[in-house]
Amino acid sequence: MLKLFALLAALCLSASADATESYGMPKLDIGKGGQCVAEPQWMRKNHMKVLFQQRDETVHQGIRDGKYSLKNCIECHASLRDNSVIGRADSFCEGCHRYEAVKIDCFECHSSKRRSALVQKEH
Amino acid sequence: MSDTNVQRRQFLKTSVGAVAVAIAPGMLLFDMAHGKSEAVSSKVRWGMLIDTANCADGCNDCVTACNKENGLSGGLSPTDSQWMRKVELKDMRGGRTLSLPMMCQHCDEPPCVDVCPTGASFKRADGIVLVDKHLCIGCRYCMMACPYKARSFVHEPLHDQKPDVPRGKGTVESCTMCVHRVDKGQQPACAEACPNKSIIFGNLNDPESEISKKIRTVQSTQVRADLGLNTGIRYQGI
Repeated sequence: MLKLFALLAALCLSASADATESYGMPKLDIGKGGQCVAEPQWMRKNHMKVLFQQRDETVHQGIRDGKYSLKNCIECHASLRDNSVIGRADSFCEGCHRYEAVKIDCFECHSSKRRSALVQKEH
Repeated sequence: MSDTNVQRRQFLKTSVGAVAVAIAPGMLLFDMAHGKSEAVSSKVRWGMLIDTANCADGCNDCVTACNKENGLSGGLSPTDSQWMRKVELKDMRGGRTLSLPMMCQHCDEPPCVDVCPTGASFKRADGIVLVDKHLCIGCRYCMMACPYKARSFVHEPLHDQKPDVPRGKGTVESCTMCVHRVDKGQQPACAEACPNKSIIFGNLNDPESEISKKIRTVQSTQVRADLGLNTGIRYQGI
């Protein structure tokens, strides 16, 4: 009887895990991860707005210490395998953007690589 | 007042105190880590004074440093970006030769800003002339308007740009006076790399800065001063 309960419980757990996967939600390589600058669900919805606002302040007014910086996103979320947020189906930026079919223009100009990794390579 | 009310008040007082104690160090740490966000102001005007007498003929260190800092290829074909170039001048009668670096002169009245149809070409409050590549449509009017031929157009897709210096196909670019370094309190790469210390970088608006003191005492020239652009880059000895 106890075994049956355990089995049922395990099934329930795996079913809820499967539920997200069965919708085809992308599984992302989140890199280092850790505490994000805002609630992850909020960031999924609003990251483009805060990045846009901060980029204008940075480019035109030289304010470089805002918390929503693209460089900071990359620093935490670039894959630990290739130090990049794009290039693979599970890359942090590209994974979701492929799923949502939204083109990312950022990395035509901006580096997609983790800065600290590039600095280490130079030395 | 009932006993419950007193207890409730006491509880509220202590909990407010506890919350304050819990939050305060976090706020302090956040402030320390992020510093004060302040926009650049027109109290500062960044400029450079280049001593052509000390600028060695054949030395290319400033250009190399610029290319390295900004991730430029260093190629010289018509489609390669050049933010800075060495110019050799020769007086055909007297035979005197001069060598000097030429780049964006960071004008006070920049023609590139006047002609830009999208507002991409702009002058920051501290006098640094930049291209906001998010707005640039690649029309290249600014390149035609610039009397110093300082701007380049990116013709090909680029890869492995520097994290501090985003560059991309279809936009115009030029010397940024190493704005990413200046905002950190550093010198532009060319000024730092010059072996003869011929490039002095500083605040033209501060009468006590090295550059202002020197401009007060030695004769310096703005290239094409007749255009009345009031350039931020001054040359000594031409």
